[in-house]
Amino acid sequence: MPVLRFLFWRAMQVIPVIFMATLAIFGLVQLVPGDPAATIAGEYATAENIEAIRQSLGLDRPAWEQYGTWLWNAVHGDLSNSLLTGLPVLDEVMRQLPSTLLIAVLALVIAILVGVPLGILAATRANSMLDRVVTGIASLGVAVPNFWLGMILVSIFAVGFGWFPTTGARPLTTDFWGALQHAVLPAATLATGGIAEITRQLRSSLIEVLQSQYVRTLRAKGLSPALILWKHGLRNASLTLLTVVGLVFNHTLGATVATEAVFAIPGAGSMIVNAAINKDFPIVQGAVFVLVMIVIAMNLIIDLLYTVLDPRVKKD
Amino acid sequence: MTSTFDRPASSFLSWIRSDLRAALCFGYLVLLVLLSAAAPLITHYSPIEQTMDFLAPPGADHWLGTDDLGRDVFARVVYGTPMSLYASFLAVGVGLVIGLPFGMLAGYCGGWFDAVVSRMIDTLLSFPGIVLAVAVTGALGIGLTNAMIAVGIVFAPNIARLIRIQTIVVKNELYVEAAHSFGMPVWSIILRHIVPNAIQPIIVQVTLMLAGALLAEASLSFLGLGVQPPWPSWGQMLARGYTYMEIAPAQMYVPGLAILLTALAYNGLGESLRSRLDPTRLGRG
Repeated sequence: MPVLRFLFWRAMQVIPVIFMATLAIFGLVQLVPGDPAATIAGEYATAENIEAIRQSLGLDRPAWEQYGTWLWNAVHGDLSNSLLTGLPVLDEVMRQLPSTLLIAVLALVIAILVGVPLGILAATRANSMLDRVVTGIASLGVAVPNFWLGMILVSIFAVGFGWFPTTGARPLTTDFWGALQHAVLPAATLATGGIAEITRQLRSSLIEVLQSQYVRTLRAKGLSPALILWKHGLRNASLTLLTVVGLVFNHTLGATVATEAVFAIPGAGSMIVNAAINKDFPIVQGAVFVLVMIVIAMNLIIDLLYTVLDPRVKKD
Repeated sequence: MTSTFDRPASSFLSWIRSDLRAALCFGYLVLLVLLSAAAPLITHYSPIEQTMDFLAPPGADHWLGTDDLGRDVFARVVYGTPMSLYASFLAVGVGLVIGLPFGMLAGYCGGWFDAVVSRMIDTLLSFPGIVLAVAVTGALGIGLTNAMIAVGIVFAPNIARLIRIQTIVVKNELYVEAAHSFGMPVWSIILRHIVPNAIQPIIVQVTLMLAGALLAEASLSFLGLGVQPPWPSWGQMLARGYTYMEIAPAQMYVPGLAILLTALAYNGLGESLRSRLDPTRLGRG
């Protein structure tokens, strides 16, 4: 079963990446200039306070030993405790993660639903007026600071028309419609970059396919343009689309940091920001770790979809 | 090497003259540099001096009104310009300083070093960019310079990946083999042959990254991790403006537009450079 062997081999490749990710995340604390214990303790700490923090975080031990302990605990689902609240980091992150995932996934869906038709539209009418308008909008979408767009959306649709709540989030499990209603504007904000990126990439890869020799041959053979677009253009362009969707998901997850601030959403992104400001490093490390695992899982899924869509990948 | 860089000054001029988009973008960026240098001549208001004239609407006195602490918004936009330029160039500079040597050595040496560096690149690329930048800024300490070093660290794997691939392509060229055969030292081969021939796509990428760095600065300053008060930055002005959105909307629009236009200018210049350096891509956006 070459396919199964390929899948297994690909899944195994994730392990060194995860291992290095843990190294990088652990290394974050090593970046703290001077004495991390003193930095964490704050301006008015006494020598005993600092010593207590050093002991409790194990900062008095050598770095490799600290890393070993941290990794061992992380593998067992223990990302240590928040320095501010004393609660387990994993619980804290998991409590806030759903709001972030909701807006990020919704944004990805919007980006695909809007970006794909726009990309096809622009590519099939390359260099027309419509194409120029679409590429122009896409250029704007890449350059606009999306948290600013979020503010404008709030001022128009939430404050102005009152169609949506201005800020906050609801849990999806208890208040489904409320959660969606709160997620529409943040997701739309987050989707702009993705729409622009998907439109641009899909357009250029489709144009490349449609201008290729074999499509010219198919046209000469008398195949209808719609059939060529569907069977050959999109089939080939879907590989580009997959890659772009992976990148867009990564960007979107990152952009939640600012978007959650605009919409006052208590998510994983705003959690990282607050923890970074308050020097609550276990929370920063834990939340970054969870987000990176999500991205790695997403990349794995995309690679597996590749093998479904592209028979060439399986053969290697 | 193609003719593009043979006579840099004159070929630059003819390029700018033949490409309207490049000329506009470049002109706008030069304008920003002049604005940064001549800020005290352009507005006599201080960007940080507080007055009792809170949240004044735009008018003859204050072109864009005043903020919640009575500071002239136009002055703050003007004085925010050098912050944005500094931030973009610092972040991209840090990215280059880390990314170029790693990527180039990995591509040139191959073997286990390449394997390790490539894995590191893959790993860092799976970190959501801004999230990593926030975390690194938190560790280094809050402030514009640290925030932009953090953004540079986020950019480094992208640059390393690109230059690695370019280096691999170039090192198999005949002229590199020839240089080897008559005993040119490795560092000299890298400097004389690899760097000049592998750098073209990096130039395009770096220009596009300036826009990314600007947007990252805006986000980080908006979140309070970048430029610290009382000094202004466009992103941080948006955070204040947002609070008073309903009373003083002008404060929210101008800094945002400034960010948008500057990012557009970097991107436009990058795209123009791309079609200039690689004519086969013409018309493929």
